[in-house]
Amino acid sequence: MLHIDLEHKSFKIERREDLFGEFIGGAGVAIKLLLDECPEGCDPLAPENPIILAVGPMTGEYPLGSKTVAMFKSPLTGNLGESHCGGRSAVAIRSAGFGAIVIKGKADMPVYLSIFDRKVHFRNATTLWGMGSNSTSGRVIRAAEPGAGTRTIMRIGRAGEKLVRYAEVTTETFRHFGRLGLGAVFGSKNLKAIAISGKNKLPVSDVKDYRALYDEIYNAAVQSELMKKYHDLGTSVNINVLNTIGALPTRNVTSGTFEDASTISGEYLAEHFLGRRLACTGCPVACIHIANLREPYEDEPYFYKVTGVSYDHELIYAAGSMLGIGDPEKFLKLMEMIEKVGLDAMTTGATLAWATEAFQKKLITKKHTAGIKPAWGDHEAYIEMVKLIIDQPNEFYQDLAMGSAYASEKYGGTEFAMVFGKNEMAGYHTGPAGYIGYAIGARHSHLDNAGYSIDQKKLMEQPEEIPPETVVDELVKEEEWRQILSSITVCFFARGLYPPDVVARGLKLSGFDVTPEDLDEIGKKIYKNKYAFKLREGFTLDVAALPKRIYETPSPVPYLNEEYMDKALKHFEELIQSW
Amino acid sequence: MTRLEIVDSQRCVGCELCMLACARRQNDVGIASSCIGVQSAGGMVNGFTIIVCRACENPPCARSCPVDALSLRKGGGVILNKAKCIGCKTCVGNCILGAIFWDSDIDKPMICIHCGICAKYCPHGVLALNKMTEEIAIAQE
Repeated sequence: MLHIDLEHKSFKIERREDLFGEFIGGAGVAIKLLLDECPEGCDPLAPENPIILAVGPMTGEYPLGSKTVAMFKSPLTGNLGESHCGGRSAVAIRSAGFGAIVIKGKADMPVYLSIFDRKVHFRNATTLWGMGSNSTSGRVIRAAEPGAGTRTIMRIGRAGEKLVRYAEVTTETFRHFGRLGLGAVFGSKNLKAIAISGKNKLPVSDVKDYRALYDEIYNAAVQSELMKKYHDLGTSVNINVLNTIGALPTRNVTSGTFEDASTISGEYLAEHFLGRRLACTGCPVACIHIANLREPYEDEPYFYKVTGVSYDHELIYAAGSMLGIGDPEKFLKLMEMIEKVGLDAMTTGATLAWATEAFQKKLITKKHTAGIKPAWGDHEAYIEMVKLIIDQPNEFYQDLAMGSAYASEKYGGTEFAMVFGKNEMAGYHTGPAGYIGYAIGARHSHLDNAGYSIDQKKLMEQPEEIPPETVVDELVKEEEWRQILSSITVCFFARGLYPPDVVARGLKLSGFDVTPEDLDEIGKKIYKNKYAFKLREGFTLDVAALPKRIYETPSPVPYLNEEYMDKALKHFEELIQSW
Repeated sequence: MTRLEIVDSQRCVGCELCMLACARRQNDVGIASSCIGVQSAGGMVNGFTIIVCRACENPPCARSCPVDALSLRKGGGVILNKAKCIGCKTCVGNCILGAIFWDSDIDKPMICIHCGICAKYCPHGVLALNKMTEEIAIAQE
C-alpha cells in the first residue's frame, strides 16, 4: 500500500496483508480504508477527504481483470463516492507494485504525481492547470514521463479544477472514473494528474495451474456472446433494444421512446462514424468505440478537423435521447465538449435535461441562463451551457455545477430532477427494478445491482406482478456478489466468466484460501461496510424523494407506481436496520 | 522455422494480450517480462505501434555485442547466451526499433524468440507466426 501526503509532498509504503487478507482488494479494501481514513462528516472538498485507489489480487493476471476502484466521499452526493475505471489503470498500479494508494492533504500549488520505481515524484503542474483540453495535458505528461505502453495517466480537465461536483477523472484519453465527482476531489487537492507505471512481476503459487485457468477464462471470453455483442457494436447495441420496448429515457424521461433513436443507435454510429475500437489491458472484447467526427472549418474550404469521440450506451442516452438530440453529429459534438472539459456525461446530460424542462416551465429564465434558451435537440445551446458550467459566470451556473439535485431544490422541479440519492440516473427507464436499483444501490448506479436487467429478463416476461420484496432481495443478492467482482476488480461485463468457483480457484493461486461460500460472506461484509459508511454520513431512504416523473411516463413494466416503490424501500430499510 | 509477423497494426485494439502471453511463456505473470511492446501512436486515438524484433537480416544488436552473447537464430532473430552477457546494454542502444527489452531483475536483455505465443493470443488478427519454407529460409541465411 502506498500513502501519499500532498501537503508535505511525502509518501510511505507499508504492507497490509491483514487488510487484503480480509477484504481481498478493490472495493473491499477501499471501503474499509474509507471508513478508517475519511473523518466522519468531513467536507468532500477538504484536504482530509482521502482518494483511495485499489486493485485486486487477480488484476493483470486474468482476462478482463482490468478495473481500478476509486473510493472517496462524493462532492456530488455528500456520501459514498465510488467509481470504477479500466484502461491501463489497474494493471499499471499492480505492476508498479501496489494494491492500494491513499492520497490525502492538499498541495500548495498545482502538482501531478509520477509514480515509478516505487517512488512518488511530485511534479509542478502549474503549466498544465487551466488547459482547455483534457487530452493536451495528457499529451504533455506522456512526453515527459516514463513507461510508454504500460502506464496509466489519470488526469482532470477544467471541470475538476473548477470543482464542478460531477467532474470526472480521465485515463488513456477515453476511459474514466466518471461518476460521483472524483475529478472535483482531485481539483480540491491541487492534483492535476497521476502517471503510474512499473515492471513488477506478479506472483502466483503454481504457474502451470495458472496457465490452465487463464486459458479456460480466455477461451470462454473469446467464444462468448458477450465478445461478439460488445466488440461489434459495443454497449450502444442497447439503444434500439430499449427504444423498441419503450425504455429509452427521452427528453428528461417525458417519454420512453425516441423517434430519432435509429440515427443515434449503435448500428448507425458503427456504420457511419466508427473509426476505431479499443480495449483495456488484458481484455479481448475491446468494447470501447471511437467515432471519427469530421468537421469542416468555416473560414477555409477543404480544411477539416477530425476528432475521435468515444461513445457508448450511457453517453448516447445522456447527450442524445435525454436531450432530444437525434442527429449523430450533433450528439458527437456535444459529447466532444463534455470530454474535453472533463465532466461526467451522465450527470451533465441529466442536469441539462432538468434545466431545459425548468426553463420550459419558467422556473428559470434567460436571466439565469445568461441568455441561452435551452431546448430539446439544440446541441449548440447545450455546448454553450457546458462551457458556462465550467466558467460559472453567475449564481445559476454555480448552482448547476452542483448537480441537478441541488439546483432543483433551489429553483424547483424536484419532481423531474432525475436523481437517486442525489446521483443522476442511467439510461434505463425499464421499470421498478431499475429504479429501486438506483435508489438502494450503494453508489446509486445502474451497475450496483443491474435492476434494469431484472426488469427486462423477469418483470417484463411474467404476466403477474412480482412482489417488491422479491425484487429487493434479488437486487441485494446481486449487489453482494458484485462486491466480490469489484474486489478482484474484474470488469462487470465479465461476470459470466467469473462464477464463484472460478473466482475461488483464481484467488487460491494468489494465496487466498477461500471457498465459494466464503466469498458470499465476504461479499456481504463489504456491502455492509458500504452501508455503514453511508449511514454514518447521513444516508436516508424516502419514497417521497424519488422524482415523480418515473410514474408518469409509461415503462415496459405496468406496475411502476409509488405504492410499489414505497413497499420496496421499506423492505430495504428493514433489511439494513437488521444489520 | 518460424518468424513473427505484424500483419496489420491498424487492427490493434491495445489489449496487450500479446504481452501477457509472452510473459506466460517465460513462466511469469503480468506485463513486465514481455519481449513485445504495445504503445499508443501518440495517444490511443491514433491507434498503436507494435514493438518487437523484426528479425533483420544482419542484426545490429548481434553485431554490436562486445562479448558475442547474441548469436543468429536460424530463420531470423537472435538467441541470447546469458552466460556470456555482461548486461552492458550495447544491443539496446543499437536496436533502432527499441525492440530489445530489459529484465532488470537479472540485468540482461529480453528479446523475442519468434515462438508465436503472442500471435496465438491475439484475438484481432494483428500478429501472425509465419512458417518459413526451406527456400525462403536459405535465401535469408
